[in-house]
Amino acid sequence: MEFLVASAVGVLTAAGIYLVLRRRTFPVILGISLLSYAVNVFLFATGRLMSGAPAILNKYEEVAHADPLPQALVLTAIVISFGMTAVVVMIALGAYLSSRDDRINLTDDGTAAGDDA
Amino acid sequence: MSLFLIAALPFLGAVFPALLIRAGRNTSASAAGLTTLLAFIGLMLHAPAIFRGEVIQAQFDWLPGLGLNANFFLDGLGFLFASLILGIGLLIILYARFYLSREDPMGNFYTYLLLFQGAMVGIVTSDNILLLLIFWELTSLSSFLLIGYWKHLPEGRQGARMALTVTGAGGLALIGGMLILGNIVGSYDLTVILQNKEMIQNSPLYLPALLLILLGAFTKSAQFPFHFWLPHAMAAPTPVSAYLHSATMVKAGLFLLARLWPVLSGTLEWFYIVATTGLVTMVLGAVIALFKDDLKGLLAFSTVSHLGLITMLLGFGTKFAAVAAVFHIINHATFKAALFMSAGIVDHEAHTRDIKRLGGLRFLMPITFVIASLAALSMAGVPPFNGFLSKEMMLEETARTFWAGSPLIVPGLAVIAAIFSAAYSFRFIVHVFFGPKRQDYPATPHDPGAGMWLAPALLVGLVVLIGLFSAAIAGPLVATAATAVINGEKLPYYSLKLWHGFTPALYMSVVAVVGGAILLMLHRRLDALWAAAPRPEAKAIFEALIDRLTRFARFVTDGLHNGSMGRYAAVMITFSAVLSFYAYQSGTLSVPTRELQEAGLIPILGWASLLVATGFMVAMHRNRLLALVLIGIVGLVVSMGFNYLSAPDLALTQISVEVVTIILMLLALNFMPKETPVESSAGQRLRDGTIAGIAGLGVGALIYAIMTRDFLAPTISDFHWANSYKGGGGTNAVNVILVDFRGFDTFGEIIVLGIAALVIFALTEAVLGSRVRAYLLNRKPDLPQAGDSHPMMMVVATRVMMPLALMVAAYIFFRGHNLPGGGFIAGLIAAIAIIMQYMASGFAWASERQRYPYHAIIGSGVLIAAATGLGSWFSGSAFLTSDFGYIHLPPLKEFEWATAALFDLGVFLAVVGAVLLALESLARFAWQPGGGSDHAMDINPARDDAAQTESEA
Repeated sequence: MEFLVASAVGVLTAAGIYLVLRRRTFPVILGISLLSYAVNVFLFATGRLMSGAPAILNKYEEVAHADPLPQALVLTAIVISFGMTAVVVMIALGAYLSSRDDRINLTDDGTAAGDDA
Repeated sequence: MSLFLIAALPFLGAVFPALLIRAGRNTSASAAGLTTLLAFIGLMLHAPAIFRGEVIQAQFDWLPGLGLNANFFLDGLGFLFASLILGIGLLIILYARFYLSREDPMGNFYTYLLLFQGAMVGIVTSDNILLLLIFWELTSLSSFLLIGYWKHLPEGRQGARMALTVTGAGGLALIGGMLILGNIVGSYDLTVILQNKEMIQNSPLYLPALLLILLGAFTKSAQFPFHFWLPHAMAAPTPVSAYLHSATMVKAGLFLLARLWPVLSGTLEWFYIVATTGLVTMVLGAVIALFKDDLKGLLAFSTVSHLGLITMLLGFGTKFAAVAAVFHIINHATFKAALFMSAGIVDHEAHTRDIKRLGGLRFLMPITFVIASLAALSMAGVPPFNGFLSKEMMLEETARTFWAGSPLIVPGLAVIAAIFSAAYSFRFIVHVFFGPKRQDYPATPHDPGAGMWLAPALLVGLVVLIGLFSAAIAGPLVATAATAVINGEKLPYYSLKLWHGFTPALYMSVVAVVGGAILLMLHRRLDALWAAAPRPEAKAIFEALIDRLTRFARFVTDGLHNGSMGRYAAVMITFSAVLSFYAYQSGTLSVPTRELQEAGLIPILGWASLLVATGFMVAMHRNRLLALVLIGIVGLVVSMGFNYLSAPDLALTQISVEVVTIILMLLALNFMPKETPVESSAGQRLRDGTIAGIAGLGVGALIYAIMTRDFLAPTISDFHWANSYKGGGGTNAVNVILVDFRGFDTFGEIIVLGIAALVIFALTEAVLGSRVRAYLLNRKPDLPQAGDSHPMMMVVATRVMMPLALMVAAYIFFRGHNLPGGGFIAGLIAAIAIIMQYMASGFAWASERQRYPYHAIIGSGVLIAAATGLGSWFSGSAFLTSDFGYIHLPPLKEFEWATAALFDLGVFLAVVGAVLLALESLARFAWQPGGGSDHAMDINPARDDAAQTESEA
């Protein structure tokens, strides 16, 4: 189980970084989304894995439970990463519509260009 | 009055002049004047105690961890400076009211002036050197505003910039010096530092600290070679020059020298650096001043010269010299402020301050003539005015000073400076006021109204009175302030008298006055010589230096930032990887302590589909729509994984966020190219792939290592778990953490989310307001469109689902405290329910029925959350402490009631508002006139659909 999660985090990170290094806005946004998954799962996994034991108290007996703290942190992180993605998408869209160009590299005069990365 | 209040009053009062300017210039000036008067009276209430030798203190621990405390203290020296700052400030405010013209924004002027005044008072009353530094920087900033007050004049802007650069750079050095000083002593409190002379002077860090502190003081007080900014600051309005260069700004450096005199002076380094700099500055300033034709230029260089004089006296390190320095600070402030104001009056009335174009003004401006002449005679060092007294003390001290073994260098140069000083003072009187009346003044000069000459007249009154009855008037002040400078030790013998008998100082004074008169007679010939002599132009050098610096900075920046975002990211990731590898190499990896868990078939299937989806996505990311579908699969597997691994809350959140994100991206993709062209070479892709692979491997290995080991220390999760029900009243520990234990975090998160949505809204407005709008309106869709954009089946289905979906949201919301759910998830579900209506029935239809603007929903959510948090204050608990109880309402079962639910309601509203505002903004791009059906399922009997269809056809 641990290996599955760890390898998934690794693959998501690698794919995310590869896409972030692309030159058009859309793949970069997808890359950032993949990285968000990777980071969220990473944070969640720092609470150690456990299945069938949600962090819900039982009033009558002591039960095994997963670590609630990383879960709470990741929950807000998921929502915030949506906000961040939305802003980035909006910026990318506004930039594309204004210049009819979605390349991310800048030349000296501030316009987008696709020269050496 | 508390010292806090005295220091804070100018800052508090600074608001009023700018606000009250609408009520007229008199109101604005009165507000500034009353503020200053109040602070001045507050200061004077302390006078009796100060003269008894007491030290007033006010302490407040601000950031004790950093040693930064808002401690103030007032002793003789601080009292002297504070009364100069506030007293002369009061006169300047009066003078400026009549000096500034109707076109000048007077409210701003007084606001800047008060800010500056507050910063100055802060410097002279701080007991903490870090606090002093803050005020020090504030004077640099506020003086920048004052010097550049006439924004339309390029000289004003350049002068302000130069002053800020030089004093700001000095301030930076001073910060370093002060930190070293505080480090040596182990305290940042001045009162402690001043008691540790031996510790400081024996420290190996004494010299660096001294050099850095002197750099700060010398730049501020315009000492050679940093003197050049002061004359260029003369582009400011005259009230500013009079204030900054007589009593305040430039005296801050001297104040610092005097303040730290007890612990820094007395060493050879101090003597040779400080006294020599002062001596050179004094001579140089006096010589240049004689050849300046601009009245304010002359006064500027004379200020430089007098500052040099005081610096030199402090540099001597003897107690007598310290007394003379204190006395000359008082005298210089009085006569120089009066002279600046007189020069301003001449400029104001004659419309020129070029000495070559003036002359004979004594007939036209008799009052100004008397004021200016008395002040100038004092500056020249002629008895019986106050300037003579302190200058004699200075000459007396130089006659006893050996420089590198020679008894002649210091007194010789001092006499030369005194000769030139007398010469330029005489020139100020003779060339401006004497001589024949001229016919070619740019304007007919006459004496101004009393408002303008009253302030300088008062100062000249002081000049004469201190000269005649020095011991009675200035004696106590000089004694108290000098005692403070020499740190409470016994004062040396001195007497503030006009006549001391035939002393060497008297002969030197006579030589100076006679020599000055002779120089003035020779002025025309000397002036020609001066004009022919080559001299370095400080401004040109300064600007060349700045230019070179800027070019170097640009070279470095451009070299690193070539605009390629991919390169920045690659460098950053590579660097992180290298750093992490170093950490791995240099650390030790403990042995795994946790047993691996079995993975069943289902998790392996999920894992495989995630890997396949990610792999395909990277391989085919150029087909954007396909990539979007594939990332949806990744998101689904991640949420299922959360669910499998005991995180139902996360699973619910992830899956609903997934839906919203995909809709958002689809909306954006609608306007963007559907394909990504191939742009990078195979080599570059290989490079990127290698970087990504290494990073992925590292992150995967790291989390694997974490997961297979136990915590080294007990985690704080145990506390949350134990108190979830007892303290938070809920059994769902995740939700209790969100709304209670870490409620402040959540509060911040919803604010961030709301701001993100508002940013999106604002960007939409900006883009739609530009020429892009025309493009969007005329744009033809690049993909084939559905025949019916609002299919009946879908419209009906979504309408039926709407109440059901909202009910699910409500259910999820209410059970959240005890079972998986809560405000975040419920908000997302509700938002999706509404988005479905937009999708099925069209933007126009849905927004017509949208009664509350989404901004307001976000705002109300944040406000409800805040109000819930504040509510806990009424029960005396900290912000966001939750309370809960049980209510029994028959026939319902007993149910729980918690304030946390109210907070969660705020979260819910903020999430709904933010998600919908973001998507609605994006959707507005698609709006086109006549596009789609206007009446999707809109049953309205009043409308004649058939007729409309016909007319459209």
